[in-house]
Amino acid sequence: MPITYTSGEQVEVYRFSLPVTIGVPLVALIVQAYIPKYFPSFAVYVDLPLLVTIFFAMARRNPVAGLFTGAIIGLVQDMLGSREIGIYGIAKTVVGYGASSLGVKLDVENAGARLLVTLGFYLVHAAVYFTVARGLVNSTQHWSWAHGVLAGLVNAFLGVILYFVLDRFKQRT
Amino acid sequence: MESFLGRYRNLIILVGVLFLQVLGLAVQVKTGANEDKDTRLIRIWALGAITPFERALVWVQNSTGNVWHNYFYLRGVRAENRQLKEQIEQMRVEQVRLTEDAAQARRLQTLLAFKEQFISKTVAAQVIGTSGSDLSRIVTLDKGENAGIRRDMAVITADGIVGKVLLVSPNLTQVLLISDQSSGVGAILDKSRLQGVLRGTANGEVALERVMSDEQVQPGETVLTSGGDQIFPKGLPVGTVTSVGKGKDLFLSINIKPAANLSKLEEVLVLTEKQERESVADDHVRVRAADILAQRLPSVPDKPATVGTPTGVAQGASEASAGANTATKPADAPGSNAAGSVKSASANTPAKSTTLPVQPGKTAAQTSVAQKPKPVNKPSTEPKPEGTQAQPATQPSIVEQKPAPVAAQPDTPPPTQDNSPQ
Repeated sequence: MPITYTSGEQVEVYRFSLPVTIGVPLVALIVQAYIPKYFPSFAVYVDLPLLVTIFFAMARRNPVAGLFTGAIIGLVQDMLGSREIGIYGIAKTVVGYGASSLGVKLDVENAGARLLVTLGFYLVHAAVYFTVARGLVNSTQHWSWAHGVLAGLVNAFLGVILYFVLDRFKQRT
Repeated sequence: MESFLGRYRNLIILVGVLFLQVLGLAVQVKTGANEDKDTRLIRIWALGAITPFERALVWVQNSTGNVWHNYFYLRGVRAENRQLKEQIEQMRVEQVRLTEDAAQARRLQTLLAFKEQFISKTVAAQVIGTSGSDLSRIVTLDKGENAGIRRDMAVITADGIVGKVLLVSPNLTQVLLISDQSSGVGAILDKSRLQGVLRGTANGEVALERVMSDEQVQPGETVLTSGGDQIFPKGLPVGTVTSVGKGKDLFLSINIKPAANLSKLEEVLVLTEKQERESVADDHVRVRAADILAQRLPSVPDKPATVGTPTGVAQGASEASAGANTATKPADAPGSNAAGSVKSASANTPAKSTTLPVQPGKTAAQTSVAQKPKPVNKPSTEPKPEGTQAQPATQPSIVEQKPAPVAAQPDTPPPTQDNSPQ
């Protein structure tokens, strides 16, 4: 497996310009809200804001920055929906923290690692969302492993492509 | 202590951020903020940040689409136009039949002092976005309070109901679809008249709840709004029953296929005004489907009227053929009916025909005067000349003076559409 353990000195930490920091999540949210108008399945299988959260968290390798990135993107996603505000926020906060913590310890620059990490965090995100929605908000949710794994794979493959595009915006610290 | 905070700084911040969000959720659940509009402002801000870009995308898409469809891709338009004209003719005949039914229903309702709801005004709006999540089934419209839209108004398409207004800002509206889990619509089964509550399921389907398991419901049965939710007027199409199974707690599990295509919504109508009034029996002169048919049938050239033609069997035929006898002969001519009326049945739909005031007991067709007979074998889809519609306001013009029906209320006045661009 291409995932390798690296020391703290070996990993590179990246930063992003302000327009990219604001613009990329905004575009992800817009596309996520617009495309299901024509392709409803897009909303079922793809979570672009989640992919952007994972990308920024892994690139910055700063857990605090990662969790705040996830929290903000998740809360905005909540605001666009009809459910209580905070469900996506909590799920993406956990993912942002986890992805950046993982990025500190593992080399997640190659495609194979990114694929597995994205698949794993998609499932974590779905599990946290399910728990919060069912436990705190008392929403009727059904867990489906088949759907989770399928959607996770779709997101993972899409994520690998997206991350290579977004790599162009990275700036070395 | 400092070393502890330093060591677990990230974790403490994580717990703090999570705690704040959980607290916020708890407050929303406790106070029912979703219902009480406490989060309205913050949601409007988020929508305001996202929707301008969506509007721009929709505008670009529509502009390019319009150029293509209106200037380049016009293949098959003539054939489609012909087909639509034929369809209009058929629908006009059907409308007359429904009008009769409605008039009868209204008379009965008058007897019982029923109150009816009418859709008096609608606003057409375009769908510009969604929530982006399959767990929250809502769409965003490009019009808002400035167009007269308010919270809890019903949203429909020509096919059926779509949802209700959830959130309104000056120029935006969020609509909760009937497939969302938190939606609820009063519904009634068309044939069995069983009432239930329409709800969305977790996987985005629509189900009819609260129908007792000992009732008989057949797949394919039509579902209409019952009007019990005070949002949707009674009788709007909801969908059809796709499957019926045993549910929980003595209720049936009924799956519904929505009449409106909820996954491909482009334009919708928001019902901005409803009127409620007591039924008034319609005393207008009745127009029968046969009259309309007779007007549109190909005609035989007129022959001189034969006075004293035996009536007998042809008596009924004369009525069924629009009573065109009065159009070709003096109204008081003896025996002005029978076969003569059949052959001149459509003589009152030629290019230049005029109409006379309707006399009691006679239809509009019976009182029209033909100036120029319609040629034989003229297609029945020929557009009706305007001259045939020029009738006094008090007359029951066959189609034009009857309000267009809305769903199961055929006597409902036509909704006013406010299509003014924003």
